[in-house]
Amino acid sequence: MLKQVEGSRAVAEAVAMCRPQVICAYPITPQTHIVEALSAMVKDETLDAEFLNVESEFAAMSVAIGASAAGARAYTATASQGLLYMSEAVWNAAGLGLPIVMTVANRAIGAPINIWNDHSDAMSQRDAGWLQLYAETNQEALDLHIQAFRIAEELSVPVMVCMDGFLLTHASERVDLPAPSQVDAFLPRYEPRQVLDPDEPVSIGAMVGPEAFTEVRYLAYAQMRQALDVIGAAAADFSTQFGRDSGGLVRPYRTGDAEIVVVALGSVLGTVKDAVDELRADGTRVGVLGINTYRPFPADAVREALGGARHVVVLERALAPGSGGIVTADIRAALDPQPRRISTVIAGLGGRAVTRKSLRALLAKAGELEPLTFLDLDTGLVDRELARMRAARRSGPSPENMLRDLGITASRIG
Amino acid sequence: MFQVRFHGRGGQGVVTAAELLASAAFSEGRHAQAFPSFGSERMGAPVMSFCRIDDQPIRTHEPVTEPDALIIQDPTLLHQAELFAGLGRDGYMLVNSTKGFAELGLGDFAKDFHQDRLLVVPASSLALTHLGRPLPGAALLGGFAALTWAVSLDSVLAAINDKFSGPVADGNAEAARAAFGFVRDEREALIREAQIREELSDA
Repeated sequence: MLKQVEGSRAVAEAVAMCRPQVICAYPITPQTHIVEALSAMVKDETLDAEFLNVESEFAAMSVAIGASAAGARAYTATASQGLLYMSEAVWNAAGLGLPIVMTVANRAIGAPINIWNDHSDAMSQRDAGWLQLYAETNQEALDLHIQAFRIAEELSVPVMVCMDGFLLTHASERVDLPAPSQVDAFLPRYEPRQVLDPDEPVSIGAMVGPEAFTEVRYLAYAQMRQALDVIGAAAADFSTQFGRDSGGLVRPYRTGDAEIVVVALGSVLGTVKDAVDELRADGTRVGVLGINTYRPFPADAVREALGGARHVVVLERALAPGSGGIVTADIRAALDPQPRRISTVIAGLGGRAVTRKSLRALLAKAGELEPLTFLDLDTGLVDRELARMRAARRSGPSPENMLRDLGITASRIG
Repeated sequence: MFQVRFHGRGGQGVVTAAELLASAAFSEGRHAQAFPSFGSERMGAPVMSFCRIDDQPIRTHEPVTEPDALIIQDPTLLHQAELFAGLGRDGYMLVNSTKGFAELGLGDFAKDFHQDRLLVVPASSLALTHLGRPLPGAALLGGFAALTWAVSLDSVLAAINDKFSGPVADGNAEAARAAFGFVRDEREALIREAQIREELSDA
């Protein structure tokens, strides 16, 4: 059924149709609307699940671990500092092989505090052993949750569904909500691979020493390789049963004869496609490659999709301050040893709008790109702060100095 | 694509108004996207929201920087320099006010636009009368329908009835109808005036 709804609402409806038995969450912007909607459904009994208000994100993930280990389908959602706060449990969930599904409403990480969107949070947990799926639209966010439970449970591995905070979570868009019966037909009942059962006691999460730890980790690696096939199969089945393409490993757009291909994740892909259409109209041979599955990294699919492109521009919504582009490193490894030009463009940090205009200007002069570029960087602002830092040892906190420079005094709440 | 930017203050229903407009367009079978300006929401702080309407799927997720129409929910924001940013000379603007543009200090600014595309509507007063609360969103959307015909009044009313129920839905719908009538009449009068002026200058 077609509906015009907020992204968070669409995701909440999709999660409810997946019939989770335990939902636990701690509120954090911009994820909160999702679990608020789910808690309302549990309250008015349209969703038969246990909803636990926990005292922190660490508790949220710990409860999800307990619930999943006891054989329940478990769901939670978080963002930003919340994801960091639960980080230890995030790694445990993967190590224990528990098929928890978690929405990450992508948001920047402080300091300085910033509630707006970028991918720093999810990227910080990219090697925690979870699958990471990124949504381009609210429709895809909705669809990915349905696929996520199936993929997670088939592999017994947890799945993070990443959707851009505010840009998707708070945007009202048209979505096609499936009927619950369609979801039931797609998503089988959860059959745990391991379960804590008082009648047949086992211990889960025992200490493993050097004699087998490497082998346990190897298994995690092998499972991730296997996940590539499972994700592909889930997306193909989804397409057959629901009549639309969502998820999968990568999504090429106008890459056929492209000389330049922009690689990106998440909601920015729509804006990039608009910019690419304009550049194509001007005769520039440029295409787009959306990375739908970031973990496991679909190296073969990426290599194939990038085809003969001589210049790959990786648009990144996160920054590794000590090295540069995070996704770029994966792309480089996937393409090695093929020699071709790879440029990193850091864009949209902490809610900075990524505009078609800026992208178009950038790509029209792609030949002049440095190995690492910050899109729309206010170099004057940076230079003035650098000058202040040179002028005095005690130049004060830079974020506050820069806000003052812009004529914006630090946010005074209240 | 038709792009609208809403300016108001936290608590005035700026985000809800953009969502209602998207929902109205959706009910006409069109594609629509509504989203807030993503600030830390605080009562009384300046807030923006956006709505795009198109006949094809909307892919972009950037803020509206070149609006076809502005809806100003709070006239105390009119002194903000960036308020009108990106509004083209063929653009529309609807301001929630009981005063005219000259009285609002925008006489010179308004001269550059089509006279029948920049209007004020006493949306808060209409809301107070019909809803009992000075929440101008629904009334402004009724006025917006009469100003731009980007969506029909019926679609605005359908969106209101979909979002609200009972007396709140009825009150908002009445305010929207009243504002629609107000703006339609104002606009027709302005168009007539312009025609008369043109005829006089031709003679």
